[in-house]
Amino acid sequence: MAIRFDKLGVVIAAIAAYGAVVAPFATFRANRIVAGEPRSILEALPQWSGAALLAILGAAALVALLKTPLALRLAASVVVLTSLALLIGVAGAHLTPEGNSFARVSAASGFWLLIFAFTLLLADGLTRLQLSPVGRVAVLAVAAAAVWLLLASGAWNDLSLLKEYTNRADSFWNEASRHVTLALGSLVGAVAVGLPLGILCHRVDWLRDGVLNVLNIVQTIPSIALFGILIAPLGWVAANVPGAAAIGIRGIGVAPAFVALFLYSLLPVVANTVVGLAGVPRAANEAARGMGMTDWQRLRGVEFPLAFPVILTGIRIVLVQNIGLATIAALIGGGGFGVFVFQGVGQTAMDLVLLGAVPTVALAFAAAIILDAVIEMAAKGRPVAEAA
Amino acid sequence: MIEIEHVTKRYGDVAVVDDVSMVIEPRTVTVIVGTSGSGKTTLLRMINRLVEPTSGTIRLDGVDNRTVPGPQLRRSIGYAIQGHGLFPHRTVAQNIATVPSLLGWDAGRIRARVDELLSLFQLDPAAFGARYPHELSGGQQQRVGVARALAAEPNVLLMDEPFGALDPIIRTKAQEDLLAIQRRFGTTIILVTHDMEEAVHLGDRIAVMDAGRLIQYAIPAEILARPANDFVETLVGASDRPFKLLSLGAVRDAVEPGEAEGAAIGDEATQRDALAELLWSGRAAMPVTDDEGRALGRVTVNGLVKRAARPA
Ligand SMILES: Nc1ncnc2c1ncn2[C@@H]1O[C@H](COP(=O)(O)OP(=O)(O)OP(=O)(O)O)[C@@H](O)[C@H]1O
Ligand SMILES: [Mg+2]
Repeated sequence: MAIRFDKLGVVIAAIAAYGAVVAPFATFRANRIVAGEPRSILEALPQWSGAALLAILGAAALVALLKTPLALRLAASVVVLTSLALLIGVAGAHLTPEGNSFARVSAASGFWLLIFAFTLLLADGLTRLQLSPVGRVAVLAVAAAAVWLLLASGAWNDLSLLKEYTNRADSFWNEASRHVTLALGSLVGAVAVGLPLGILCHRVDWLRDGVLNVLNIVQTIPSIALFGILIAPLGWVAANVPGAAAIGIRGIGVAPAFVALFLYSLLPVVANTVVGLAGVPRAANEAARGMGMTDWQRLRGVEFPLAFPVILTGIRIVLVQNIGLATIAALIGGGGFGVFVFQGVGQTAMDLVLLGAVPTVALAFAAAIILDAVIEMAAKGRPVAEAA
Repeated sequence: MIEIEHVTKRYGDVAVVDDVSMVIEPRTVTVIVGTSGSGKTTLLRMINRLVEPTSGTIRLDGVDNRTVPGPQLRRSIGYAIQGHGLFPHRTVAQNIATVPSLLGWDAGRIRARVDELLSLFQLDPAAFGARYPHELSGGQQQRVGVARALAAEPNVLLMDEPFGALDPIIRTKAQEDLLAIQRRFGTTIILVTHDMEEAVHLGDRIAVMDAGRLIQYAIPAEILARPANDFVETLVGASDRPFKLLSLGAVRDAVEPGEAEGAAIGDEATQRDALAELLWSGRAAMPVTDDEGRALGRVTVNGLVKRAARPA
């Protein structure tokens, strides 16, 4: 029997080999800000479990490398990811000296490379499975539940990231809710303004180019510069409009962060609304008028439903973009996960940076998967591309 | 009755419909023919005010159509758009239900009407009602488009090349169905086509348009016998004019006394079919029977040939 290699599998196996053998699995530091010392898999884990992990990794890399059945590839990736998640906690407990509360153990580049390689294998397998939208959201829910379980069980409590969290548990959840509020709130605002604006641009020719050009320019202003630009007008509003200061409008803080995210969100929403409406087949529009629909009935019953998948794509872009961008809000006292990132950078405490970055990436990733599923379901049975 | 008076539509300097006047009698089929770009669709759309005339008036049963709000006017007039224009995001049943829903019919009545129309057009309601337009063939889409136009039982039906995508067999069937519906409900139909054959077959009257102007508006026999100018003559097709003329008459109007040998022909067939059958079978005459098989007499090649000549 001829042995045949899987193209992606070759890459995965190479990354895995490097991550397992060459790169350090964990980092040990005497306290949270001194330079770390690398620890390999065999050094980081108690005797037999290090060898077991290497065996599992070798077998899984082989499964990835060769052309193997889909079920086997999926199983291998799930087994590896679960083992890695459990054993990094074990490494934390193993490397931390008894009773020492200053020492820090964190995952190192080898661990992250292994996670990356086998997540790639899992993602490739799931893509080949061609899961339904509901199926993909279900997989996401299972993964989230598994992470939640690990967190709740305390398996990771000896890791530096979790120690940073424990020290800041209260503020973590405050900043989390602030982050989500900023990202979602500015999205809701952008949809509330951008959708009608997009419809108006679609109907009124001379408005379209002007509005889209202005929004394009806004999009190119760097966020720091935009904050600077906003300080003066918002400060003026706070000082001169009665009640404005009372609801939190100030030159710095949440208000400019919210306004900046809102402005960045407008372009994708307006542009996608215009493109979506322009893509509605002319014949469908004319038939709608010919049947005696009023402008409003036509918008609601024909144009909007046909443009909806494209508009949703714009909303997906905005949501993922805003979850990432909301990190910047911390720069001007707007809060959010960025607070930990910038504090961590200031203290050269890498794990504090991760405490802000990891939840941000996870949120953006989850939002993308969920909205992709929604878009696919909304587009079902209505091939927009088809010229009717 | 639809009265079109001195109607003109200009886009910029070009009059795409140029001072057209015509009266369409109720419960008749009027066919508009003409080359591409001659203004047929534009004329049709001015009747339901999808296009507003630059000048002139259109009255429906004596009422100026500008006095009725557009959407309300259009709900009362069936419209089968050129190239079907079905809503891609709605099922076949939902598409057909469009106007009844706008008019606020109750769900039961709408469902009954949808099923009735689908059956009428040889589409099984159980199989087709829940499909989306892209799951139909071009011909099926077109039939659904016509069914949608008929849904609210309109008195006036505007049809823009409704049978263009149909194969000859289905097209003949659809034409017969349309005539049957027209007779049953007394609908006034205005139909646009490129096909002179279809015009002669369906039309009580034919309107010939060229470059925005109405060149001739008359009964089919008149158009065939006395084309108003060279353009109409070309459109009619000089070479098979006699056969088109014969296709207008039924065999029962050409029966002569006497007997003949061989297979008989029904008295409701067209004279053209009778002549074709005679020539093909190499006979000079053949018997004619009515729908119960009783002998009525015979038709002869000589008699039919005389009828195919240009009327005096
Ligand atoms: N909205 C418009 N703006 C400018 N010109 C138009 C417009 N609509 C139609 N026309 C022009 O008016 C002329 C008549 O168009 P119309 O659609 O009535 O032709 P038609 O006889 O239906 O042709 P076809 O048989 O190809 O459907 C064409 O030359 C067309 O280009
Ligand atoms: Mg046309």
